[in-house]
Amino acid sequence: MYAKKLNIFLCALLTLWAVCAQAGPAIQTWNTANGTRVYYVPTEGLPIVDIRVVFDAGSARDGAQFGLATLTSGLLDTGAGQWNADAIAQRMEGVGARLGSGVSRDTAWVSLRSLTSPKLLEPALDTLREIIQHPTFSATDFEREKKNLLVGLKQREESPGDLAGIAFFHTLYGSHPYAHPKEGNIDTVEKLTREDLQTFYQHYYVAKNALIVIVGEVDKAKAESIANGLLSGLPAGEAAPALPKVEQPAASKTERKFFPSAQTHVYSGVPGIKAVDPDYFPLYVGNHILGGSGLVSKITEEVREKRGLSYSAFSYFYPFREEGPFLMGLQTKKGQSDEALSVMQKTLRDFINAGPTLKELEASKKNITGGFAMRLDSNQKLVDQVASIAFYGLPLDYLDTFIGKVDAVTPQEIQKAFKTRIDPDKLQTVLVGADGPHEK
Amino acid sequence: MALSRTLACLLLAAPLSLQAASPKVSEFKLDNGLKLLVQEDHRAPVAVTQVWYKVGSSYEHGGITGISHMLEHMMFKGTKKHPPGEFSRIIAANGGSENAFTGEDYTAYFQTLEKSRLPISFELEADRMRSLKLLPDEFAKEQQVVLEERRLRTDDQPRAKLSEQFNAVAFSDSPYRNPVIGWPDDVSRLTVSDLSDWYQRWYAPNNATIVVVGDVKPDEVFKLAQKHFGPLKPSQLPALKPQAEIDQLGIRRITVKAPAKLPFLAMGYKTPVLHGAIDESEAYALEVAAGVLDGGNSARLESRLVRGQQIAASVGAGYDLYSRMPALFMIEGTPVQGKSVADLEKSLLEQVRLLRDEPVTTEELERVKAQVLANKVFERDSIFYQAMQLGTVETVGLNWKIVDEFVDKINAVTPQQVQQVAKKYLIEDRLSIGYLDPQPIPEGQTAPEDRAPVGGNHVR
Repeated sequence: MYAKKLNIFLCALLTLWAVCAQAGPAIQTWNTANGTRVYYVPTEGLPIVDIRVVFDAGSARDGAQFGLATLTSGLLDTGAGQWNADAIAQRMEGVGARLGSGVSRDTAWVSLRSLTSPKLLEPALDTLREIIQHPTFSATDFEREKKNLLVGLKQREESPGDLAGIAFFHTLYGSHPYAHPKEGNIDTVEKLTREDLQTFYQHYYVAKNALIVIVGEVDKAKAESIANGLLSGLPAGEAAPALPKVEQPAASKTERKFFPSAQTHVYSGVPGIKAVDPDYFPLYVGNHILGGSGLVSKITEEVREKRGLSYSAFSYFYPFREEGPFLMGLQTKKGQSDEALSVMQKTLRDFINAGPTLKELEASKKNITGGFAMRLDSNQKLVDQVASIAFYGLPLDYLDTFIGKVDAVTPQEIQKAFKTRIDPDKLQTVLVGADGPHEK
Repeated sequence: MALSRTLACLLLAAPLSLQAASPKVSEFKLDNGLKLLVQEDHRAPVAVTQVWYKVGSSYEHGGITGISHMLEHMMFKGTKKHPPGEFSRIIAANGGSENAFTGEDYTAYFQTLEKSRLPISFELEADRMRSLKLLPDEFAKEQQVVLEERRLRTDDQPRAKLSEQFNAVAFSDSPYRNPVIGWPDDVSRLTVSDLSDWYQRWYAPNNATIVVVGDVKPDEVFKLAQKHFGPLKPSQLPALKPQAEIDQLGIRRITVKAPAKLPFLAMGYKTPVLHGAIDESEAYALEVAAGVLDGGNSARLESRLVRGQQIAASVGAGYDLYSRMPALFMIEGTPVQGKSVADLEKSLLEQVRLLRDEPVTTEELERVKAQVLANKVFERDSIFYQAMQLGTVETVGLNWKIVDEFVDKINAVTPQQVQQVAKKYLIEDRLSIGYLDPQPIPEGQTAPEDRAPVGGNHVR
């Protein structure tokens, strides 16, 4: 009764609200002289500017040298131009600015958050420019960062969850560049040399392989001068070539590995969708129902709410440039992993066989569209959204049309997309933990 | 170095009002004792609601540790009006995201919603504040979920295991010795009746603070609060026992052996915090000391121990200004390959000694102050974080105004004050040290299987 009354009330609200809040930010774009695309969104209310430079230089570009992209990115702020790591850190932190850098499978990025007051912003920008254009890659910094990365890789082996994730990607992607962990492996990182990093940097940190996102309380002229200066000294170079196609697995596979932990970590999935993908909306909305909406999703309902088998149970599509994984996961105590895996996979199978009900789809759409404003409620989130639109070449009106595309999805489209893209008979499954084959 | 000092001076010369107008907080109190704090932020048409209860693991006694956290889970499992899970479904259908968290000093529930949906969150929160229905079947399942959560977060994480046992040694009688999630034996023996008592005791309007930050009008939020929370009856709250920690009489050490690949070192000094401080400037001086050690890549630990001496692969320091009771000034780290935790301990103790023996430099102090000032603006990019701050300070017994004073108080800290607190509190008799002693991880076999996929037509 309560819920019914509420729904009528809400529909009225939703209609009203939809008029004023459906539009995304106006993204302005242009190219710099040496060929870098710039994406700029002015904001008001806070004297902050966020700048993110994204290169197509993620771990998928490692070749056989796993860890190369990560270590290259890690060296950038340890020395640039005339400054060593201490000087760089002091220049940034002395003006309260925050410098960030990192690597994903598809990208390498460098970011800056600063106050907009020129006295604070300019020194931070000067430093950022040097880091991007003239990193030193000194022998001392290289040796230290490499050693510390190796320590991190060793720590990874303490974690059954990490080991399961690594094994899952490996079994899912085989010889594709998405297969290896982005931080690399101990044996591959040990072989890296300073020259390898310099070569990688020279090849991929070039103007035509980069894009710049600027979000904040700066006017267009200022955004242009920031963008023009930032990469001006970089050679134009070439955009990185297309990545190899991802092959779908021919048959299902289950891999078990013992680890002396209380729980077993379970991952199961197949290669899923690309960031630009005709099935994106049916799969995204459908998965929201299946396992992507937290406590109200079907997988959580079956695994956690009904049976108490796991603290977290989920399914997600991670869209990459090429097919990123469709991944279901959970963790459960010794002796329960078969049952929990079985429940999770049956939930997927039932969902694909029956398709979503209209009621489920409506609830899911309401959650996604009603929460749209929260995707854009901070500069930080704006930067994330715009960077993703920019890197994957999504239409600039992507956020404006998002709600309409979600609302247009039908149960039939969801079922068809899942049937075409996710074959439950070809799931790649990894279990790492207490239930592994140890005591045989 | 000279450059950064100049810049920092320029930054400090600019009053905060030039950086961004300070956000205004409106404070209300209902007749039943419920406190309401509203902060306007009109950048996006959204609002976050957080309901903070003054209860957490530091309110618990032996035998029922973890009960606050367990109750937090059960708060989603139905009321007299709504069946289990409906709270989450209603919020989801309204486009909201929601969850809850429990700490030593608080249990808090939150929803982020498009601003016009605020009434929904208030109605549901008011309902579960007084009308929770604890169902035995739901409890039995949720208890298993929480035990899985414990395995995930603590039992299978060597550093979390160290941290849990470290706290139990560093504190003798302070309730901070108990883990928030509870000791496993306690958690697995909690009963519905335990939870019911706990709920009756602490869940009342006069033990709660509601924080709303977003695109709202304070007066309207107040009226909404009156409507939904106004009718709730207050409780007679039990007087809190102080449970002050006994004096530590010398250094304490603990070793935790666990399957792991790397050693790890944790050091904690008992320090006062803002709440209950005899001299509040000491708390701010300790905050600055933590910033001098670990306020980024230019701070001492990173520049001296990771880069300079290359003795630590990673290292950090932290101090919890907004604790309810005296807490620990923590320093933690992993030695580089070829160095031991003993080597790292020696280097860290040397850095602490330098804090005691020499005043920090002006450059360092100005760097910390510049960061504090910038962070104050940066944090306004998140309505959730702003609500968190207000809720935390109110719930530990401080006044929310203290959040606004933070920048000025940090600016007032002198090198001498930092040295004084180091001399007084960062000393051996207040120190506990924990060592993670990594035990071999047995080589596991990997067994690929080509059997039929599980999960066909039946569930085992």
